[in-house]
Amino acid sequence: MNIVNQLQRQFIDFSTSLHREGFVDDQFTQLQKLQDENSPDFVVEVVSLFFEDCEKLINNMARALEQTQGVDFKQVDASVHQLKGSSSSIGAMRVKNACISFRSFCEAQNREGCLRCLQQVTHEYSLLKNKLQTLFTLEQQILAAGGSIPVVD
Amino acid sequence: MEVAGEVLHSGSSQELHVLAVDDSYVDRKVIEKLLKTSSCKVTAVESGARALQFLGLDGGKGSLGFNGLKVNLIMTDYSMPGMTGYELLKKIKRSSAFREIPVVIMSSENILTRIDSCLEEGAEEFLVKPVKLSDVKRLTKDCVTRGETEGRDGRRVNKRKLEDDNHSSSSSTSSSPSTTASFGCGLATSELLSSPLHSSKRAKLRDRD
Repeated sequence: MNIVNQLQRQFIDFSTSLHREGFVDDQFTQLQKLQDENSPDFVVEVVSLFFEDCEKLINNMARALEQTQGVDFKQVDASVHQLKGSSSSIGAMRVKNACISFRSFCEAQNREGCLRCLQQVTHEYSLLKNKLQTLFTLEQQILAAGGSIPVVD
Repeated sequence: MEVAGEVLHSGSSQELHVLAVDDSYVDRKVIEKLLKTSSCKVTAVESGARALQFLGLDGGKGSLGFNGLKVNLIMTDYSMPGMTGYELLKKIKRSSAFREIPVVIMSSENILTRIDSCLEEGAEEFLVKPVKLSDVKRLTKDCVTRGETEGRDGRRVNKRKLEDDNHSSSSSTSSSPSTTASFGCGLATSELLSSPLHSSKRAKLRDRD
């Protein structure tokens, strides 16, 4: 098996595992399919925007939850809602699900619960970031070796 | 985002110009790509206020709008800070210059009362996010068909809600598998609301979960 085939094999296996483990869902596949010669970096660009969003929103949530004189749960919820929206749009399923649980704790005005959820969201975000870095690196390697990126359904 | 000064060919151009409104940068990028993939020209703005500005409805510019580009379809997020998609929808439908432009609402939340209010105010459709390529392709295809129909008959369709308010929001949700003419081409809004299309639209939305 030549290097391109090896890399492609690795890519397919890795992609499949991302789906199987719930890191990404079908929406992510949709975005990958949208990528074309007109926008060869589309997925990387959208994912980068998403990660920027994540960081900003996570910081907002942390700051809001730190308020010892009284947490503005509406504010926290607004940030969680936004994060849920963008994670859904790119197919970041585990991040999205973490946001869904988070919202119920916001509604219940449960600070401890919210803090736990914030931890979970942060954890899922960094896991996903690593996973996608690996995926994108594999893509670059395939392209550099002269191959094409397989479409994994 | 499309720059000012770009001129569309008159009427005969097949490319629809869609105005996309969403406060989320991620969502704007995605919807823009979905629309471009569906052969549309896109202008993506981050708020209802910017949308009105672009259309020239903010009182400052003339009725031709920001740069004379005709908008064929507006797709707006529902939950936005400042002006919601619903408020934007109302402003558009109450404007004589722009009420004919179909407005589609997008929302991550599948709330029946929300859907009803939007449809009542004249929204063409309510899409549950995440929006898929198949949604956009269907919408834009219906938009082109509708344009061709109007052109042929010389008939303008009045999508504004009529005084006749007896839509039944309690219509049962028959589960038809797909909506065919979900765009409501040629139907007045009140017809649309009481027709089976309305309930199948809801059923379709429900199934999404």
